[in-house]
Amino acid sequence: MRGITFDIAHLLAGSLVLVSFLQLYQDRLYALLNMFALHAVVLALSVAWQAYVQGAPHLYLTAMIALVFKAIVIPVVLHRIIVRLGIHREIEKVVGVGTAMLLGMGLVALSMVVMLRVTEGAGALAREDLAFALSVVLLGLLMMVTRRNAVGQVVGFMSLENGLVLAATGAKGMPLVVEISIAFSILIAFIVIGIFLFRIRERFDTVDLQALDRFRGERQ
Amino acid sequence: MSAVTAILVVPALAAALLAVLPGYRITARLNMLVALATFLIALSLFFGRPPPGKYLHVDDLNNVFIVLTTFVGFTTSVFSASYIDHELEIGRLTPTFLRFYHAMYQVLMFAMNLALVANNIGVMWVAIELATLTTVMMVGIYRTHEALEAAWKYFILGSVGIALALFGTILIYMAARPSVGEGLDAMVWTMLIERAAGFDPALLNVAFVFLLLGYGTKVGLAPLHAWLPDAHAEGPTPISAVLSGLLLNVALYALLRFKMLLAANPHALAPGPLMVTMGLISAVFAAFMLYRRRDIKRMFAYSSIEHMGIITFAFGMGGPLANFAGLLHMTMHSLTKSAIFFAVGHVAQVKGTQRIADMGGLTVTNPVLGWGLVLGVVAIAGLPPLGIFMSEFLVVTSTFARQPWLAIVLVFAILIGLAGLFLRLNTIAFGEPRGPSAESKASYVPMFAHLAIVFVAGIYMPAELVVWFQNVAKLLG
Repeated sequence: MRGITFDIAHLLAGSLVLVSFLQLYQDRLYALLNMFALHAVVLALSVAWQAYVQGAPHLYLTAMIALVFKAIVIPVVLHRIIVRLGIHREIEKVVGVGTAMLLGMGLVALSMVVMLRVTEGAGALAREDLAFALSVVLLGLLMMVTRRNAVGQVVGFMSLENGLVLAATGAKGMPLVVEISIAFSILIAFIVIGIFLFRIRERFDTVDLQALDRFRGERQ
Repeated sequence: MSAVTAILVVPALAAALLAVLPGYRITARLNMLVALATFLIALSLFFGRPPPGKYLHVDDLNNVFIVLTTFVGFTTSVFSASYIDHELEIGRLTPTFLRFYHAMYQVLMFAMNLALVANNIGVMWVAIELATLTTVMMVGIYRTHEALEAAWKYFILGSVGIALALFGTILIYMAARPSVGEGLDAMVWTMLIERAAGFDPALLNVAFVFLLLGYGTKVGLAPLHAWLPDAHAEGPTPISAVLSGLLLNVALYALLRFKMLLAANPHALAPGPLMVTMGLISAVFAAFMLYRRRDIKRMFAYSSIEHMGIITFAFGMGGPLANFAGLLHMTMHSLTKSAIFFAVGHVAQVKGTQRIADMGGLTVTNPVLGWGLVLGVVAIAGLPPLGIFMSEFLVVTSTFARQPWLAIVLVFAILIGLAGLFLRLNTIAFGEPRGPSAESKASYVPMFAHLAIVFVAGIYMPAELVVWFQNVAKLLG
């Protein structure tokens, strides 16, 4: 497993983490969507490489889903929604860029420490893959909690999910990967339709505390 | 077709049929009929069950869950039929939405049954995802601002939860692969439990942490509970009943399966203390939160968090007695809480609001409904001689024998919760009548049926049932 196969898999999974960081500091929605498309392309390449290495042709299907659905369809649709609904193009964040990056680095370090320690029994490729996948998952979570816009959160969720697909393909011979990636695609499609149908503009930037109280049903 | 496939196929077909049938009276009846049929089929599982397959299996543990789920599913469909009549009258729902609602109801039943009978941890995950999606849509069905916000919040938090659960599932596969072998077998639960002793303990530990956080979000354990009160308060009340009574249990069931895997591995970390901690935090936290509630459905949602905390605590303690108590408490809580939501649904319709401050003197204006609610709250608060008293008593005494300090904290939470509930009940049920008091044309049968079972269970339990629960408790380790 050592040698060029391992290096390429390592490179692609590492790039996925890098692109996650790129998403973390974007402050405009369009740029964020472009970065997400790039994220999906890297994921597709990574999955395709795993399919080739493991000799598992069904994984090519997962790669195709990532490429067509996540890298093309979703960004284009979200782009349209942003225009159509007149959503703010700036991303409102809870913490500054510097803090977010530091937190992100902390999370990556954490996942390396945790995963590399517990996966000593597994193959080198699976180990690295899982460590990177957990980093991507945690960075996605970080993105979701630091963004206030609905679209920003959805992108965070989708990149989190990319990390899961990476983990699932890295686990050699795991069944149901294709089904799970389809289930996730349906989930994401629902979220995107939800944004559009329900016109959730900037769900989490309600600063009107009274509105929030009314929502919680706590006003006397 | 075996009974196991039937409890999946029947709701799935019914969902397709209900989506196209016009006329809400027919669909509401059909919904009831299908739910009843599913319940009867589930009952037949007690008498004979097919051998476990690669995807589906039934054992003593999930049989209890399946019967409970289909039973409450049936009674809720009866309640729902009288509930939606009123919602149509006041125009909160339109016939088109109603069609969607009934179809979704059966999809939810299908998803929960699938999650329960799945013998494959991947299939179980997909089923729980499906159940989440359908409930999200049902919560948002009124399309008010609040309902959409609640649905969105539930959606995002639920998605994060199931994403973490999937990561945990992948790690379990990784842990199983060396000893079970590549491919489908390494996700089949009956294979996993046989070979669990040989799994890599470190991987299992990390996997369980992810599963606990992921499925724990769906159980509504603090501090991951934020979605639960909103989802309960803003959706249609039958959905609140199903959420509290069933879906939380299904998520807990998933957690229990993985707990059994860890327990079967001698080197893995003991899953008990983690569950005990989260359960206790949930119970104490939710008990205090009961005091500041002004919305009746939201209050009972917090009570659900409290009870899920107690149940998780009991299963975390482990051992035959605590597991038995946990199972009993789960059953009693499902029945009581759904009965309370049946009552609350009618109360909110009679009073035209969910605000506690606008309700009062319910036992005077609507005696049957009012006393039904009082009985339900007495039951859920854990007063003797009802069923929840029995189960809480068992949880507390079995804990006292092993960890007295934990038991004291638990008793404290239960008492705080009891006082909080009665404080509000006093406003709602007694005193001067406040707010409008229309006659309710509702059917009280489901509510009183549940309460009757809870009442009888507090006094007498059939020996067969006790033996059955004892077997399951042993199975849980």
